[in-house]
Amino acid sequence: MSGAWEVVIGLEIHAQLATKSKIFSGASTAYGAEPNTQACLVDLGYPGVLPVLNEEVVHMAAMFGLAVNATVAPRSVFARKNYFYPDLPKGYQISQYELPIVEHGELFITDDDGNEKRIGITRAHLEEDAGKSTHEGLGAFSGIDLNRAGTPLLEIVSEPDLRSAKEAVAYMRKIHSIVRYLGISDGNMQEGSFRCDANVSVRPRGQAEFGTRTELKNLNSFRFVEKAINFEIERQIDVIEDGGDVVQETRLYDANKDETRPMRSKEEANDYRYFPDPDLLPVEIDAAYIEAVRDTLPELPDAKRHRFIDDYGIRADDADILTTSRSLADFYEEVIAATAGEPQGVANFVVGELMGALNKAGLGIEDSPVSAAAVAGLLDRIKDNTISGKIAKEVFEAMWAGEGSADEIIEAKGLKQITDSSAIEAIVDKVIEANPGQVAEYKAGKDKLIGYFVGQVMKETGGKANPGQVNQILKQKLG
Amino acid sequence: MARELHQQTLTELAAGLESGDFSSVELTEALLARVADHDGALNAFITVTGEQALAAAKAADEARAAGKGGVLNGLPLVHKDIFCTRDVLTTCGSRMLENFVSPYNATVVDKLADAGAVVLGKTNMDEFAMGSSNETSYYGPVKNPWHLDYSPGGSSGGSAAAVAARLAPAATGTDTGGSIRQPAALTGTVGLKPTYGRVSRYGMIAFASSLDQAGVITRSSADAALLLGVMAGFDERDSTSIDHPVPDYTTALSQPVDGLRIGVVKQHFDAGLDEATGKAVREALAVLEANGAKLIDVDMPNIDLSVPTYYVVAPAECSSNLSRFDGVRFGHRADEPEDLFDLYCRSRGEGFGAEVKRRVMTGTYVLSAGYYDAYYLKAQQVRHLIADDFHKAFEEVDVIAGPTSPTPAFRLGDKVDDPITMYLNDIYTVGANLAGLPGVSTPCGFVDGLPVGLHLVGPHWGEEALIRCAHNYEQLTDWHFACPEDYS
Repeated sequence: MSGAWEVVIGLEIHAQLATKSKIFSGASTAYGAEPNTQACLVDLGYPGVLPVLNEEVVHMAAMFGLAVNATVAPRSVFARKNYFYPDLPKGYQISQYELPIVEHGELFITDDDGNEKRIGITRAHLEEDAGKSTHEGLGAFSGIDLNRAGTPLLEIVSEPDLRSAKEAVAYMRKIHSIVRYLGISDGNMQEGSFRCDANVSVRPRGQAEFGTRTELKNLNSFRFVEKAINFEIERQIDVIEDGGDVVQETRLYDANKDETRPMRSKEEANDYRYFPDPDLLPVEIDAAYIEAVRDTLPELPDAKRHRFIDDYGIRADDADILTTSRSLADFYEEVIAATAGEPQGVANFVVGELMGALNKAGLGIEDSPVSAAAVAGLLDRIKDNTISGKIAKEVFEAMWAGEGSADEIIEAKGLKQITDSSAIEAIVDKVIEANPGQVAEYKAGKDKLIGYFVGQVMKETGGKANPGQVNQILKQKLG
Repeated sequence: MARELHQQTLTELAAGLESGDFSSVELTEALLARVADHDGALNAFITVTGEQALAAAKAADEARAAGKGGVLNGLPLVHKDIFCTRDVLTTCGSRMLENFVSPYNATVVDKLADAGAVVLGKTNMDEFAMGSSNETSYYGPVKNPWHLDYSPGGSSGGSAAAVAARLAPAATGTDTGGSIRQPAALTGTVGLKPTYGRVSRYGMIAFASSLDQAGVITRSSADAALLLGVMAGFDERDSTSIDHPVPDYTTALSQPVDGLRIGVVKQHFDAGLDEATGKAVREALAVLEANGAKLIDVDMPNIDLSVPTYYVVAPAECSSNLSRFDGVRFGHRADEPEDLFDLYCRSRGEGFGAEVKRRVMTGTYVLSAGYYDAYYLKAQQVRHLIADDFHKAFEEVDVIAGPTSPTPAFRLGDKVDDPITMYLNDIYTVGANLAGLPGVSTPCGFVDGLPVGLHLVGPHWGEEALIRCAHNYEQLTDWHFACPEDYS
C-alpha cells in the first residue's frame, strides 16, 4: 500500500496486572464498582500517606520478562512522573524511568510475507494507573472517580521494528496472548485492561533515518489499532507528498470518523521532571528469585504452537489459532485425549464448527456450552462412520442447543449413517430408474453427472448414506 | 518537697504518677492552665485539645487503678502539627490545610497513644516544616520563651517553645535539616533526631521524604530515650522504615562517658561560627574530656557542601510532595475558579506562603529537563561524598560533637527577608540528614541570656551513643535545668 514509503511503528502496550489489590495500597482493583468506593487514603493522595509496593506485581513483571526472553533487572527503581491533573491525586504518577524491571526482550511474529520476524521489546516497566474524569451530567463541573487510581500496569515498549499495521496487530495479539497465558492480565480490552499507544512514522524506502513520528493514543481494540495506523500512514504520506512536514505530536484516533486528529503538540509537551521516588526502596531481585519464577512459568504460545505442529502434525495456521489462548489450547488437547479422531480432524472441527458458533454467540471457549468430552464423543462417531461429517454439523447444532450427547441425538433423530450396501443399492436402483434421461447423458460421456446422482441418493436417505459407498455403487451400476 | 509539676521531667512525672503523688487528670489540668495563661504570648500552639486530653488523662488514671497502662501512661505531651491526628485539625502551619481534619492517625501518634500518652495539643511550626525561625507559619511566629522578641528557631519552634516554657514536658518534632535540633538549641531544650528509618514517617506530612525523620524535644536526654523507645520500630506502612531491633535506650543512661571517642570537626569551628557560641561548645567538650572522653580531630572535606546540597535535594522532593495540595480533594480551594488551571493556580497561590513557593519553584527548576544533571544529580553525588565523610569519621570516633547552630536565637524579623542567611542556620545540622544519621542537641550554656546547644551526631543506629554522651554531659552540668524566668 505504501509503495515508495517504508512504515516504522513502535507500540507501547499497557497491560493491567491481575492483582487483587492495588500496586501501592490495599484497596481492591475490581472493575465496575460505584465511583470512589475502591480508593483508600493512599489512592486519594492524602497528606502523610505512603506507598507500599505490592510484591505480586514484581513476580508478574518477572514472569513477563522471562516469557519474552528479556533481562529481569536485579535492581529497578520507581520514579515519579510529575504533572497536574485532577484524576492524578498526588500530582505525580509512580512509574519506572531510568531503571525498569524488564529490558531487552523479544518475540516472534509472522510478517506480511509469511516469514517469522523478530520484534524487539525495549523494556517493560511497572506503574500505577490514574483515575478517571467524567464530564457527563455534572453541568460545568467534572467528576473524578479514583477507583482505578493505583491499579497496577505493566507498560511494554517495543522497538520500532514493526513495518505495517498488520505486523503491529500481530505483535499486539502476541503480547495479549502471552500476558493471558501467564495469567498476569485478563487482557480485557473493553474494560481497558489492555490498551495501546502507537508511534508511527514513514520514510522513503532505503533511508536510514527515521521520519518524524506521531503518537496515536489509547487504541483499545485490535481493529482500531489497524485502522488508526493505516489512516495515519496515509495521512503522513499525503502530508509529505504535498510538500509538507509531519509534525511531532500526539494524535487521538476517532473510531466513529475513522481518523486521527491532534491532541497536543511537542511545543506544549510536559516536562515530567522524573526523579527516583524517595518513598520507595529500589526493587532488588536475586538469581534465586528469578529461577523460582522461571519454574512457575507455563508453556508459552510459541512453544505450544511448535509442539502442536510437531506432535499432532496439524497445519501451522490451525496451530496459530489453537494456541492464541491457553484455555483454547487446553480444550483442544482435552478433545485429542478423549477421541479416536485424527488431530487435524479435531483441529478442523474446533477451529471451524466450534469457534464459529462461539464467535457468533460472542462466547469465549471457557463458556462453551459443549464440553471437550462432548466434542470428543461427536468426533468418535465420525471416526467410526456412524455419521458423516455433514450430519455431524446437524448433531453439533443439537448439542449446542442442549439436546444431549452426540449418541443421544443420533439415536433420537435417527441420524445413523446407512452403511448397509444392499440398502444403498436399492436406493441407487430407484434413482437410476427415476432419471432415465440423466442416465443416458452420463453414459454418453457426461461424467460430471455423477455428482447429480450422489445428490439424489443423499436426498433420498436424508444425507445418511455413506458418501464413499454411494459413489462406488453408482459407478458400478452406471457402468 | 518535689518541684512543681510543670518543672518536672517526663521521667520524674512518670515516677510521681506511679507512686500516686498526683493523677494524670491533675497533671493535665495544671498544664492546660499554663497553656491558657502563656500561649497567648508564645503562640506555640495551633490547636489545644483540652477536652480530649482530659478524657485521655481520665482513662489513663483508670487504667493505672486497674493495674494496666503503657510506659507513658498518663504522661502529657504535644505533637507538632505536621503529624496527622484523627478528628483533629492538622494544618502543617499552612493556610492550605487550615480546614484539614485528618481521618487517620500517624503511626507515631498511635504508638504514643497506645503507650498511654495524653496529647495536650498541636504545636505551631514553619509552614510545611520549611523554615528555621517559625516565621513562615500561616498562624504567626512562635516567640522564644527566653526573650519574646526572639525566634525559637524552626521548624519545630512551637514544640521547642512549649517544652522550654514548661507548658508540656515533651513534644514530638520532625527534622529534615535541623528542625528538631536547632530549635532545641535556641530554646535550651534537648532535641533528638533518630537515624533515618528508625521512626515511621507514615502520617507525617512529607516535606522532603529522603531527609524527614520524626523525633522528640524534651527537657533531658533520659526523657528522649524513654520516648524514642516507644516511637521507634518498623512500620509496614512506611517502606523506608527499617526492621532493626529497638533496644532499651534507657540502659545507655547508666554508661559512663569514660573512653568515649568524640570527633571534633575542624570545619564546624570556622569563621561562620559566633565566637561566644564557639566558646560555650569548646567548654562543653572540655567537660566531657575531663571526665574521660577522648577528643579526636576529624576532617570532613565535603561537609561545607552540605547546605547547597540540601537546598537542591530538599526543594526537589518538596516540589513533588506538595503537588497533592491542588484544591481538588482536600485543603484550601479557591472560590469560583474559572477553569481547572485557575483552580490550581489560585488554590496553590492562596494556600501556600512565600517560603513554600520559593522552595517549590527551586525544586521544580532543579528537576527540569536540562537542569536535572547539573543540580539534582550533582547534589545526589555530593550527598554520597558527605555520607562517606561521616562513615570514614565513624571508623575512628563514636560520636561527632560541635555547635548545633552558628549563633544563639536571633530577633524575629532579622533574617526572614534573607533566605540565604536563614538557610545557613542549618549549616551544622543538615549533614546528619543528608547522611541519614542520628543527632541530638543538648543545652551547653548561654550567650547574652540566650541558650546554646551542643550538637552530637552518631553513626547509623548510634542513638545509644548519643544518649549516653548527652546524658552524661547533663549529669555533669545543669544547663538543661535552666528555665526562662517568666515560666518558672
